Amino acid sequence: MEQYEKMYLYKRIVQAKLFIDSHFSENIDVSNIADEACFSKYHFIRLFKSIYGKTPHNYLTKVRIDQAKLLLTEGKAIIDVCFQIGFDSPTSFTAVFKKLAGKTPSAFQNDQKIKQQAIRVNPLSAVPNCFAESHGYIKK
Amino acid sequence: MCIYVLDQSSAYDFYVNKLGFKVHTDAPMGEGARWLTVTPPEQPELEITLFLVAEGGMFDKETVGTMTHLIKKGTFGAAVFTCHDLLATYEELSAKGVVFKKVPTKEFYGYEALFTDDSGNWFSLAQIES
Repeated sequence: MEQYEKMYLYKRIVQAKLFIDSHFSENIDVSNIADEACFSKYHFIRLFKSIYGKTPHNYLTKVRIDQAKLLLTEGKAIIDVCFQIGFDSPTSFTAVFKKLAGKTPSAFQNDQKIKQQAIRVNPLSAVPNCFAESHGYIKK
Repeated sequence: MCIYVLDQSSAYDFYVNKLGFKVHTDAPMGEGARWLTVTPPEQPELEITLFLVAEGGMFDKETVGTMTHLIKKGTFGAAVFTCHDLLATYEELSAKGVVFKKVPTKEFYGYEALFTDDSGNWFSLAQIES
C-alpha cells in the first residue's frame, strides 16, 4: 500500500515537471505548478526538490535558459528570445542567462555563429579523424 | 561513444525530445550523411555519436542487413545511464513514450530499469546511491 502511495506521489510530481517543460513560456509560477500537481505550495516545493535537486522555480528558470540557448543558436534576435521564453524584461533575461550560461546572450550567440560557420566551411572539423577515415568521409 | 541507429531523425527525436539529451553537433556530411552527436544533460563532456547504419564507408549491404537485424532484435545493450531518482525518471520517460523492458526493480546491486531506444538498442537505467 505504501508503495502505491509513493508511486502516486511520484506521478503527480512528474506531471508537474512535465507541465513546466511544456508551459515554460507562459506566465506560470510555483503556485500554478503546485495547483497542477494538487499539492500545497510548501509540500510541493519540498517534494520537487527532493526528487530533482532543484526548487520548481530554479528548474523553470533552467528550462527557460536551455530553450533560450536553442533559439539563440538558431539566430533569433535576443529581444524575441527573451519574450518567447517567458521573461518580462531583457535586463533580467540577460542577468539570469549570464548567471547560468557564464556569458551574455550576445556572446553566446556569437560563439555559436563561429562554431556553425567553422562546421559549414569544414564539416570534417566536427568528426574525429579515425571515424572520418573508417566511415569513408576522407580517403586514407 | 558510438550508438548505431537505424534512422537518425527518429533517433534525434528519441534522444533529444524524450531522453532530454542536448545536441552537441549536427552537421551535414554530404550525400545524405549526417554527423549527429548528443550529450547526456548532466554529463556534457560525454559526446555520443548517433551513427546511421547505412551502406558506404565501413558497411557493405550484407553488413547493413546483419546489423539492422541484430539491432532491431534487441541484441545490443549500449550503455548504463544513471539518474538521481529512478522512480521519477521512469515515470517521466514512460509518460514521454519510452518503452521499458524492465520496470524499476531492486536487484542485489541496486535499483535498475531497462529501456530500449527507437532502433532497438537497450540501456540500463540505474539509480545513483547517495
